[in-house]
Amino acid sequence: MRGVGRRSLLAHGGLVVAFALSRRAVAQDADIPALPGDLARSPLLDSWIGIDADGQVTVFTGKAELGQGLKTALIQIAAHELAVAPAAIDIVTADTARTPDEGVTAGSHSMQDSGVAILNAAANVRALLVEAAAWRFAIGVDQVEMREGAAWASDGRTVGYGELVAGLSLHVAARPNMPRRETGAKLIGENLARVDIPAKVSGGEAYVQDMRLPGMLHARVVRGPSDGTRLKPADLEAVARMPGVVQVVRHGRFTAIVADDEWRAVKALHRLQAAGWERAGEPLPASDMRAAIRALPARELPIFDYPGPPAPIEAQPVRARYSRPYLMHGSIGPSCAVALWENDSVTVWTHSQGVYPLRKALAELLALSPERVRCVHVEGAGCYGHNGADDVAADAALAARAVPGQPVRLQWMREQEHGWEPLGSAMVVELSASLGADGRILGWQHDLWSNTHSTRPSTAGGLLAGREVDPPFVPPRPRPIPLPEGGATRNSNPIYALPNARGTLHFVEQMPVRVSALRGLGAQMNVFAIESFMDELAEAAGADPVAFRLAHLDDARAREVVELAADRFGWELRGSGTGFAFARYKNLASYCAVAMEVRVDRDTGEIRVPRVVAAVDCGEAVNPDGIRNQIEGGIVQSLSWATREAVAFDTRQRTSFDWSAYPILRFPAVPGRIEVQVIDRPRQPFLGAGEAAQGPAAAALANAVAHALGLRLRDMPLSPERIRAALRPAPPPPRQAAG
Amino acid sequence: MIALTVNGQLHQVDVDPDTPLLYVLRNELALNGAKYGCGVGQCGACTVLLDGKPVFSCLVPVAALGNRKVRTLEGLASADGTPGVLSIAFEAEQAAQCGYCIAGMIVRAQALLERNNRPTEDEVRAHLAPNLCRCGTHVRILRAVRRAAEMMGGGVRDVAEGKP
Repeated sequence: MRGVGRRSLLAHGGLVVAFALSRRAVAQDADIPALPGDLARSPLLDSWIGIDADGQVTVFTGKAELGQGLKTALIQIAAHELAVAPAAIDIVTADTARTPDEGVTAGSHSMQDSGVAILNAAANVRALLVEAAAWRFAIGVDQVEMREGAAWASDGRTVGYGELVAGLSLHVAARPNMPRRETGAKLIGENLARVDIPAKVSGGEAYVQDMRLPGMLHARVVRGPSDGTRLKPADLEAVARMPGVVQVVRHGRFTAIVADDEWRAVKALHRLQAAGWERAGEPLPASDMRAAIRALPARELPIFDYPGPPAPIEAQPVRARYSRPYLMHGSIGPSCAVALWENDSVTVWTHSQGVYPLRKALAELLALSPERVRCVHVEGAGCYGHNGADDVAADAALAARAVPGQPVRLQWMREQEHGWEPLGSAMVVELSASLGADGRILGWQHDLWSNTHSTRPSTAGGLLAGREVDPPFVPPRPRPIPLPEGGATRNSNPIYALPNARGTLHFVEQMPVRVSALRGLGAQMNVFAIESFMDELAEAAGADPVAFRLAHLDDARAREVVELAADRFGWELRGSGTGFAFARYKNLASYCAVAMEVRVDRDTGEIRVPRVVAAVDCGEAVNPDGIRNQIEGGIVQSLSWATREAVAFDTRQRTSFDWSAYPILRFPAVPGRIEVQVIDRPRQPFLGAGEAAQGPAAAALANAVAHALGLRLRDMPLSPERIRAALRPAPPPPRQAAG
Repeated sequence: MIALTVNGQLHQVDVDPDTPLLYVLRNELALNGAKYGCGVGQCGACTVLLDGKPVFSCLVPVAALGNRKVRTLEGLASADGTPGVLSIAFEAEQAAQCGYCIAGMIVRAQALLERNNRPTEDEVRAHLAPNLCRCGTHVRILRAVRRAAEMMGGGVRDVAEGKP
């Protein structure tokens, strides 16, 4: 906060304190509805909004900019409610010293948690400013007009927010259900240009990787080639004598090199890696990890059970099994952090999605009280879930502890990111259902096998370094995440109107490899399976896939999204190689339908995607172009997962150590056109957009490929090898020996 | 000391001769554009122009530069600080999510448009193929390159969808 700090705002008294006390008293009344979003966790207005004596507005959010456009959307909301220009707003994102604790930035929750909180906090602040202006002008509150950061009376008198706020305290609890601003310039719903893009396209300092603090040293962490391995002992003293090496930091098995120059740190790392490595844990089960998942002991947990009459005996049964391999987040920029240890305290600049949980984990790791650990979010490369961000923050903090007073920048190497990041869990889904004579689904059984889908750290045992220090911390026991959010189970409960539907999670606690949250968690696979299966059922029923879905879909908003995507795509006149899929993310967030056209080369097995049409309903659209950007990106990323990605292993290590061993989609395979239709729902709750497209995009692809080839591929990725194998004519039956 | 010319300026740097150009640009010259992505020439985040040709700066030892001139994203702006045409086009198309790959994309596209400001869509795709984007911003990046080509008096030609 610039200028007037919270403390000095607090010191103002008189009339305003009376306001403040009455507000707080009102807010504590039991009859008052709960505060929305994360206002419930942090109800004080100055946790969210600050206005200094010059009228400068600062917005505080505990969520992080991940390249999803969060800062811009939150600025829009605050600027709209406060009637100031967006450019007049500063925003401070996730920082344990300055912002509210909003947990992790994940699950498409930012607009629901932080957007709603800031919207309501800003409306509260505006109301206080209006009351103060009315008092000053001696007019009614309804005669005060707010615009351009000032209050205006109809006779032309005006007073700026800076002056008004001098007599106000914002250190008061919010009132629920404050009315939204109805008059004046509209900002919510506009395509405001992203505030983070100018620096990103011009070489500005945009990322934690770009930080250069005075006297900064460079560090590298020393590990084996992948999760579950360790380096063989090497001559550390020789490495310590290499030019530029400031220190070889050791704590148990944790090893890092601190040097005066980044390349010299890399060269020292290479020297240690040359000693060779060995497997540290159990051998990996097999190269087909999906089979391993099915074979490991599993706990059976009911997911959902919707009662209904059993399907009659004459009903037509349909069954299918689908699978997804382990997937990588694959950030383009390897994880990085900068840490500074001073006076028995540490500050870590990090691209973690959860600065508060990270602070707790680091405090345990470093044996410090949490107040002595500050975590400040600075953007990194896109993460798409829990990658190496938290681990590298711990690595940097441990390295910085060895050189107090000197900032340390530690970035992982590419092969470390590929080798050590927690993977998105492999999954196997079996679906069975029956069709009635009228073509309606009569029963439904969803069985899924998977590891946990989140091992996000809030304890030292959740960090790689925590397992390496002496004594080591124990990783927390993996557990399933229950619905409605769900982990493996996310989106396993179909949105369709189905009688007699049951779901069972076969939770595999033992994790052959390190896993955690990947964009959408289980939703991508569950939607891939359910929406592939809906097409298989439609085919068995002789029905059009879109009409078949609509026949089982009651939700009016869902129907509108499906109909809009189908209409824009020209579904009625569709040619071959066309597919459709739909889901409502978590069955409680955004609706997204995807229609896709593919061409499959029968000789090479290569898939081309000339055209994609998506329709999305995210509730009230704050920045429609930002939503389109997220949906376009989700479609392309999910196509990459679904057509070419699978982490490979041998019994000793991950063998997907770089982009040649783990290829992702490149430009020539990008769809020809992607059209995204955003249905705006003014005044409806924000539903988030970041993960809505992952499932529908993968399923639309599978359905389009099935339509093109006349045969169904149920295992991701739908790679050229798999397609060629599926098209290969079955070998002729062995000939009987001539007799 | 090793001498190198970056964005029209001559610099002397005191680094190990095997230091990759990328590390010199970032740590000695404080240029943020080129990014460390893989260190093995597989992702293009570190792309710079060497005598007008796009190269992976993570693979070029600084001592191997000789007299070749280096141009980075920062060097595409004009002397008064006006961003280059591609930077303007990328911003206009909002062609970034996390943006970590974007500097490399812009620099590689610059090399193409300087040579040919009327490429076909397929030529643009093939030209950008060495550069990875994980956010899936590709369709916007293609639109931004098209816009930049038009701003430069050219354009990107569509070709009829052929066989895959």
